[in-house]
Amino acid sequence: MDIDLSQFSQVFFEESIEGLAIMESELLKLDVATPDPETINTIFRAAHSIKGGSATFGFTQVANYTHLLETLLDEIRDGRRQMQPEHVDILLLSVDLLRGMFEALMSQAEFNDPKLPELELRLNHTLANQPTQAQSASTPSASTATQSTASCWQIDFKAGADIMRCGNDPMLMFAELASKGPLTAELLPVSFPVWDDFDPEACYLHWRLALITDEPLAKLKEVFEWVEDECEISYNQAEAAPAAELAIPEQAQPPQPEVDMAVSAPEVIALVPEVPASPSDKAVASQKQSAAAKSGESSSIRVSTEKIDMLINMVGELVITQAMLGQIGQQDEINQESLLLLQQGLEQLASHTRDLQESVMQIRMLPISFAFNRFPRLVRDIGQQLGKKVELILKGEDTELDKTVLEKIVDPMVHLVRNSLDHGLESPEVRLAQGKPETGTIMLNAYHQGGCIIIEIADDGAGLNTGKILQKARQKGLVGPDEELSEDAIHQLIFKPGFSTADAVSDLSGRGVGMDVVKRNIHELNGSIELKSDAGKGSRFTIRLPLTLAILDGQLVRIGKHIYVVPLVSIYESLQVPTNRINRLSDGHELIRLRDEYLPVIKMYREFNHDADAREIKDGLVMVVDHNNEKTGLLVDELLAQQQVVIKSLEENYTRIPGISGATILGDGTVALIIDVAGLVKLAGIGSSNEHAA
Amino acid sequence: MKKILAVDDSASMRQMVGFTLKTAGFDVTEACNGDEALKAAQAGQYDLVISDVNMPVMDGITLIRNLRTLPAYKFTPLLMLTTESGGDKKQEGRAAGATGWIVKPFNPEQLLATVRKVLG
Repeated sequence: MDIDLSQFSQVFFEESIEGLAIMESELLKLDVATPDPETINTIFRAAHSIKGGSATFGFTQVANYTHLLETLLDEIRDGRRQMQPEHVDILLLSVDLLRGMFEALMSQAEFNDPKLPELELRLNHTLANQPTQAQSASTPSASTATQSTASCWQIDFKAGADIMRCGNDPMLMFAELASKGPLTAELLPVSFPVWDDFDPEACYLHWRLALITDEPLAKLKEVFEWVEDECEISYNQAEAAPAAELAIPEQAQPPQPEVDMAVSAPEVIALVPEVPASPSDKAVASQKQSAAAKSGESSSIRVSTEKIDMLINMVGELVITQAMLGQIGQQDEINQESLLLLQQGLEQLASHTRDLQESVMQIRMLPISFAFNRFPRLVRDIGQQLGKKVELILKGEDTELDKTVLEKIVDPMVHLVRNSLDHGLESPEVRLAQGKPETGTIMLNAYHQGGCIIIEIADDGAGLNTGKILQKARQKGLVGPDEELSEDAIHQLIFKPGFSTADAVSDLSGRGVGMDVVKRNIHELNGSIELKSDAGKGSRFTIRLPLTLAILDGQLVRIGKHIYVVPLVSIYESLQVPTNRINRLSDGHELIRLRDEYLPVIKMYREFNHDADAREIKDGLVMVVDHNNEKTGLLVDELLAQQQVVIKSLEENYTRIPGISGATILGDGTVALIIDVAGLVKLAGIGSSNEHAA
Repeated sequence: MKKILAVDDSASMRQMVGFTLKTAGFDVTEACNGDEALKAAQAGQYDLVISDVNMPVMDGITLIRNLRTLPAYKFTPLLMLTTESGGDKKQEGRAAGATGWIVKPFNPEQLLATVRKVLG
């Protein structure tokens, strides 16, 4: 039988990574002094499953390492070893290490972390440290390959009375023996108990078997392995054939050693899993290429059966509605009554379609706990590192959002939490001095609000230091020397690209490290981020994200005969610009003055080679879009409606077009392209003299 | 067709065991833990139960103990999936009424050989 085990790898990776997350969260929950047996058991089970799977599927490195973990956890679980804080540390580090191993396996890379031998050493040291019952490294097959050549075995087998009640059947064992060579069986006289004591389900029989085989004794014993403790079994080698250990092939008769080699060699190999053991093996790489992990991100999703049931229900409803409409359609004449029915049917259809759409979207939804789960560990580690006491509060963990959005929002969240810990929360001494509780709080909260998901990251730390931020911004020339800014405007400065320099990290107590990147990442998801900070009381970041990337709120704009969609979230404002606020530069570029800023303007009709009503800025509308905190004007003819649009990928259906992020189909069936603001700005070459000809 | 109930809390193991047995022509039902398996076993008759030992809700040993009390599973082969380090578990399993065990890690051939050993 030839089964390619690599087809199970992807599922195994997924569940192992889940298992690691469980280990981590349970370890963090664990009270080391009085560990809850169920918690320990859960941790053990996770390690145990990973070990079992990795050994089965041929990931030796993971198997070897998790074996150590399993042994340690087993000892703790059985009360043979007292749980110590260093065990938690070593287990958490192991979780990290294993994550690395799995990442390497998934991307088919070598795993060469120096932490591996280091941790292995520590684990072995820990395991050796305390006198515990040595694990019986019983490898029953170890002696398999030694003996050789055919011999005749006499086996006396007296069955235990309960043998049948364990589902064992002596006849099946004899059949297995018979597969190893010619077998004869003889029933020996037995004494049955007196009738009152006779148990019809018990086995009272005693056999004498004779078997001629070239299999070693260990193989024969394996047949009875399950019952050896309750049965009386003796093995006698009746005819001592040249079976001594020294029987090297050339000493024995020519044909038999060959037979022996042929039989025993595959046996030994068969103990090793089918998939070659070393992950570096080329065979593994080629096998895996077909099955799994072509892209780094896993493309599968686990959907609860509940959601699938909901879908099936919806489809059922649709079928009923369709039948109803169909019936009306067959009527010969349309009267008042049938018209009413038709209207009802269409209403139902609309409602079911909407429900169905929602249910389908639900499939991509995952609870945000997938993202939240990593934070207890992160907060513990960084808090320890910085000597700060922190309590992490998680709220709304069941709030669901699109898988893709979820995957992309994790990094910005990590960044914000890290900043809260590093810059926001004060040290315990400072907090006490200020009359605050010694332990600071960081709260992550997620909830739905009007078709969006809101993620809040709040702390009760010092808040932003506006004085220092302003000073820094003046130094960097982001704010004029005499310019006065409102507190809120000062807070916004941390999102400026200029703030994310190493210089800012060292001498600024406020935030500001890479916040521009955080903002950009959130914008790429069509989301927004807001900041509220109270000096001495803490700060709160509010991230607003669309529930899914498949639908966006768009502003329809017209350029000539063409309609484009601009994501609403990118639009700052739209206005008509009078001539006196348009400045033409010597290189032909035009700037508009908006309050105190000068903004470049992209003439959309030029970029897309269209005819337009408004060829000059003064004749059309300028839509100010915000890209990465840089405002740019887009010249369009007219603003049309705002509406939700379903995004269709251009790349999948056609080809990638710079400046366009996708397409959508409007109510009248026409296709409108969706503007990728960042791409368009790049395409227009703002700042360079890359002027396009009309 | 012989009916086998495969019990494991690990999806990959379940898939592997299920796939191997189905490929070999068995009718396989899968369960995620002992409790689920017990319910399935009561709902239908299986010729063989293969169960992992460490599982949430109800572990494999408890499952075997429970199955053996059912008249329909008095003589049915019940195999447990165990690990080479689980010497005590084998004893415990046998005391509970397990027919035998398959030692993890195992490959499809070993699994089938063991299954054929008890199903004849």
